Amino acid sequence: MNKIAVIDYGMGNLHSVAKAVEFVGRESGTPTEVIVTADAKLIANADRVIFPGVGAIRDCMAEIRRLNVGEIVADAMKSKPVLAICVGMQALMQRSEENHGVDCLGLLPGEVRYFGDKLTDPTGARLKVPHMGWNQVVQTREHPLWKDVPDNSRFYFVHSYYVQTSRQELVTGITHYGTEFVATLAAGNIFATQFHPEKSQTAGLTLLRNFLQWDGAA
Amino acid sequence: MALAKRIIPCLDCDNGRVVKGVKFVDIRDAGDPVEIAKRYCDAGADEITFLDITASHEDRATTVHTVEAIAGQVFIPLTVGGGIRTLDDIRTMLNAGADKVAINTAAVFNPEFVRQAAERFGSQCIVVAVDAKQVSQPGEPPKWEIFTHGGRRATGIDAIEWVKRMVDYGAGEILLTSMDRDGTKMGFDIALNKAVSNAVQVPIIASGGVGNLQHLVDGIVDGEADAVLAASIFHFGEYSVEEAKEYMQEHGIEVRL
Repeated sequence: MNKIAVIDYGMGNLHSVAKAVEFVGRESGTPTEVIVTADAKLIANADRVIFPGVGAIRDCMAEIRRLNVGEIVADAMKSKPVLAICVGMQALMQRSEENHGVDCLGLLPGEVRYFGDKLTDPTGARLKVPHMGWNQVVQTREHPLWKDVPDNSRFYFVHSYYVQTSRQELVTGITHYGTEFVATLAAGNIFATQFHPEKSQTAGLTLLRNFLQWDGAA
Repeated sequence: MALAKRIIPCLDCDNGRVVKGVKFVDIRDAGDPVEIAKRYCDAGADEITFLDITASHEDRATTVHTVEAIAGQVFIPLTVGGGIRTLDDIRTMLNAGADKVAINTAAVFNPEFVRQAAERFGSQCIVVAVDAKQVSQPGEPPKWEIFTHGGRRATGIDAIEWVKRMVDYGAGEILLTSMDRDGTKMGFDIALNKAVSNAVQVPIIASGGVGNLQHLVDGIVDGEADAVLAASIFHFGEYSVEEAKEYMQEHGIEVRL
């Protein structure tokens, strides 16, 4: 039994990700159990951990700290594969510009920045914020989670803030939207996506299937 | 390489069945929203919008089950609208697997509801649906008002001012329907779309009036919409979602193929 814990710290919609993982587990014929929980013991007993997140970073970080989720994620990262999604990815970084500046978990090196109110494309046309919809991800290095995912595949994004890091060796995918930003990061046992694989149809489900089979070695 | 413009088929459902008529040649049950949603998803739809027009409150349990069933099989964003009046309504739909909710009448009666909803669940899942009708006379500067109850009740509220206010309160996206064009197959109200799109920073979904594929192109190129919503042209099999995307791409629009 492949046990997947989806960390629930009360922020938004975890059902989409749980349903997508259940679906992928069923399709691939591997018995998969998905638990949506904040219980440290259940998460410690899981084979793999998903760290999702939606909404504003200040509220997310407040709940993450209140429920000691930072420590749970840090522990999980040492021993098993972890997939961080959207605000879950942002929460791993050092600091976010959102809500007048919020300290994040600092488990990965980098900052979370605002797209800005005057974002334009290369032709000078105005770009809307949030960045909402299907955009292409350029795979900047090989990773087991990219298996069978064509380079430049489109994934579903919805966010107004994005991750930047000076540690280029951690970046596994980039996307352009007025600026170049980090779409995916990988470090040891962790893989983090700014997009929502659970909402990205074939490309996203393939990535989730890869995660369910990944042993954590980069 | 750029963000794709989105095509969003819309399912109007009454008590768990798709209404407004859906005709496909090789579909088992033309009224089953789960089967139809899956079909659109497989055809390349970028999102699905599910509008619940169930009249009685008791039948809402059916809606929740339908949303759950769709969300278990369709892994693209799912928006649920119709009868969303309380924070509990939103939570119920999100728990059922919706990714966004569309709020219309309840926002007009209580604009603070939108602020509370965005604060609680995040702007990314709060779509404000706006039904607008032109109230200016020919020759006057264009002016639109918002209507409630499926376009039957005037509110006296200016559409542009309303949309700005809703975005200020935390709406993450605007679903903009022209009551003048809805059901006419004459195309979107381009002037309305452009005016709203230029007034706010968030994405606009154009709705109401699509009769052919050129209308979709016009809504994006001239109306400056970020996404286009259509029901009948897809339901009756006049055009497939694939054909719509190919047509848009031929006309220089970035789409997900």
